[in-house]
Amino acid sequence: MARFAVNVNHEELSTESPPDRPLLDVLREDFGLIGTKYGCGEGQCRACTVLIDDQPRASCLTPISNVDGKSVTTIEGLASDDQLTKVQQAFIDADAAQCGYCTAGMIVEATALLKRNPEPSRSEILDAMNPHLCRCCGYRNILASVELAAASSEASDA
Amino acid sequence: MPERFREDLFEPDRKELSESPAYRFDLDRRQWIAIAGAGLLVTAAGRVVFSPGVAGAEIPPSTRLHLGEDGSITVLTGKVEVGQGSRTEILQAAAEELRVAPEALRVMLADTAVTPDDGSTAGSRTTPSTVPVVRRTCAAAREMLVRAAAETWNLNASQLRVESGAVVHADKRLAYADLARSKRLTSADDDSAPKGVPLTEIDDWTILGRALLKTKAREIVTGAHRYPSDIVRPNMLYGAVLRPPSYGAQLESVDLTHGEELGAVAIRDGGFVGCAAKTSYEARNAVKAIGKSAKWRIAPHPSSEGLGAYLKGRAQISGGGRRGPRRREHGDVDSVLAAAKTLKASYEIPFVQHAPMEPRAAVAEWDERNLTVWTGTQRPFGVREQLMEAFRLTAEQARVIVPDTGGGFGGKHTGEVAIEAARLAKAAGKPVSLCWTREEEFAWAYFRPAAAFEVRAGLSGEKIVAWDFTAYNPGTAGIETPYAVPNVRTQYFPCDSPLREGSYRGIGATGNNFAREVFMDELAGAAGLDPLEFRLANHNDERLTNVLRAAADRFGWSPGQSAGQNRGTGIAAGFEKGSYIAICAQVRDEGERIEVERLVSAFECGAIINPRNLQAQVEGCVIQGLGAAMSEEIRFEGGQLLNGSFSQYPVPRFRDIPPMETVLLDRPDIESAGAGETPIIAVAPALANAVFAATGQRMRSLPLRLHAA
Repeated sequence: MARFAVNVNHEELSTESPPDRPLLDVLREDFGLIGTKYGCGEGQCRACTVLIDDQPRASCLTPISNVDGKSVTTIEGLASDDQLTKVQQAFIDADAAQCGYCTAGMIVEATALLKRNPEPSRSEILDAMNPHLCRCCGYRNILASVELAAASSEASDA
Repeated sequence: MPERFREDLFEPDRKELSESPAYRFDLDRRQWIAIAGAGLLVTAAGRVVFSPGVAGAEIPPSTRLHLGEDGSITVLTGKVEVGQGSRTEILQAAAEELRVAPEALRVMLADTAVTPDDGSTAGSRTTPSTVPVVRRTCAAAREMLVRAAAETWNLNASQLRVESGAVVHADKRLAYADLARSKRLTSADDDSAPKGVPLTEIDDWTILGRALLKTKAREIVTGAHRYPSDIVRPNMLYGAVLRPPSYGAQLESVDLTHGEELGAVAIRDGGFVGCAAKTSYEARNAVKAIGKSAKWRIAPHPSSEGLGAYLKGRAQISGGGRRGPRRREHGDVDSVLAAAKTLKASYEIPFVQHAPMEPRAAVAEWDERNLTVWTGTQRPFGVREQLMEAFRLTAEQARVIVPDTGGGFGGKHTGEVAIEAARLAKAAGKPVSLCWTREEEFAWAYFRPAAAFEVRAGLSGEKIVAWDFTAYNPGTAGIETPYAVPNVRTQYFPCDSPLREGSYRGIGATGNNFAREVFMDELAGAAGLDPLEFRLANHNDERLTNVLRAAADRFGWSPGQSAGQNRGTGIAAGFEKGSYIAICAQVRDEGERIEVERLVSAFECGAIINPRNLQAQVEGCVIQGLGAAMSEEIRFEGGQLLNGSFSQYPVPRFRDIPPMETVLLDRPDIESAGAGETPIIAVAPALANAVFAATGQRMRSLPLRLHAA
């Protein structure tokens, strides 16, 4: 057991934990951030995607010891003061969620994508999103949501 | 009046709800009660309640509609939301009949202590069964509100109208909340509520028929929605369960102290061994430590190689009952076949896994003898019965609450995770959260049945004159041909399955329609007809014609067409659970693999209730079918799954989705049927037929694979 300090959604949090415990478990069980989902535990579905120092990572494969002193952003940390981000709003407007269990990971991934590449091509979106599974198979609406978010960012930047 | 939904047109699939939980506790060696069947078609109408209380106050059990004095309106159903859109659909139905904005309503789903028992969320029944019940109740309530207002104003009810949550006459207005506070309203049940109140005519729909967005979308995109695996209770522990090393293995001995030494609560009850601890990490480690000490008696178990022959050799050919074989025959199949030009073929489909994104999960909490379980299941009342049986509780002592759940697809009918969580919570004396791992979900959840088929048919010119269809184990949904054939024999034999089986999207119709629609392609070839023309020539169902023509038109289907080098096109159709699907597919032979280049679907399920949700359901269902057609197949050997993970069991991903078009045919003259299942049944045969057109190789098993050169 050791103490780990993590900046989660702009808040300094710490926990006493075995070093190899998955970040996913710490977020959900110690910090009460249940928005990040378990899907497979092997990085194959990416439902558990969070940003670690702004990079999208599978929290199920990330030991807590790897994020000591780093910053983590989860789905709960995207909207500020009830103001949804463009990606979140686009996921509502283009009806991206069926059961919605994969949605948090999808939104976090798309957020990172649009930050590093505000005008991604269809192919670049597919490359970024392809590791994410949606078993409801709502892929077309999810893709439309990411494109809508990209378009609305562009519009607001102009 | 729209054409009524024909209940008599289908029976529940014999594989529907066929699995009980996987094991039994020592504390209860009685037979598990047979829950199947009885609950499937139950549709309690439920009571209308005008409560003196406010929103959130105690609502009596089985309430269908609650109007609070604060103006709150709550509509209740025992159906669950697993992503198929039931919550939004119920909201639309109630808002339409109550003449209120959808935002003014709250929908409460699946809490056995409160909501009516509307049976399973299965068989595409929410739309044809529950929506009309909700509409009738809300229409009756509207009439009661009008009568109360008429009494207040001393007017005739016929002089009043209802709009925006109020009863109105000239410049006078009484909001529902005002009427709920008045003493002129009393709660009503089926007997006392006004009868025969007309439902809103489809031409007058303002909320039904609209492309409403999902009502919980905001909670979902902010991560605030609590799925079953997200429920947290005070002092809650996390659980983990010891699984056998192989199917059929029996536990002989185990040393629990290895888990207790790690600070976990460890328990053995019959074949059940599990741990509860402060974190799921500790619980998993404790189970791992205990597992090292476990001694198992291993049982022989077959391999998925040669599964078709295995099943045929274990067919139950006699006996009756809802689980037994089924045979239908009309005309004289054998003598017509003997005289006709005949064709025969065999088909096979493997086991597949639903693999919903949220694995089975439950939180169980005991309060002395009372048990509450939050869990993801499609059968809240069925799971309550399983809990009652396992722990010898009365209905009042067991409560099941189903938060909107992360996917089902027919895979979450059983309550094993609820029972496991409850057993751990009982041992720990604290609430326990138990979420199955993906590995557990692959191996220990039940599967879509594997099956084998033998089909024969006789042709006379372009007509099918005899049809002899034998299905081993798929289930009975979609087993009867929708084509017009004078002599038909249909036989179904359940088989002794090596794996647990149960519902799935379309269940039996997936395999039955695969075999039938590929065979139709073979027959078309033998008759020398284009596959579309052959289908049109062999039925007289206008709705089937419509979807076939709609898909073909959008696709640009033409007889004798050439799709080009190494390319092929295929078509397939189907009717199931009151709705119709036709799909045209184009594929390219890539040598090692098959590239799906295009899918065009046409779907019709009567009057469209929510075009946006319908589009999502049809597309999602077709893509899930694409996975089952192209890549999904459970393989096993020596009692173990060989591919029980997402890295080994490929399901469709973003890059697998071909260009797709979906044509939704609206039939306002026909009552709405469900849509979450039927689209899947035409995907695999359309693709198999396209592969034949591209390669000349006849595809008679799934997933589709080119034969070695």
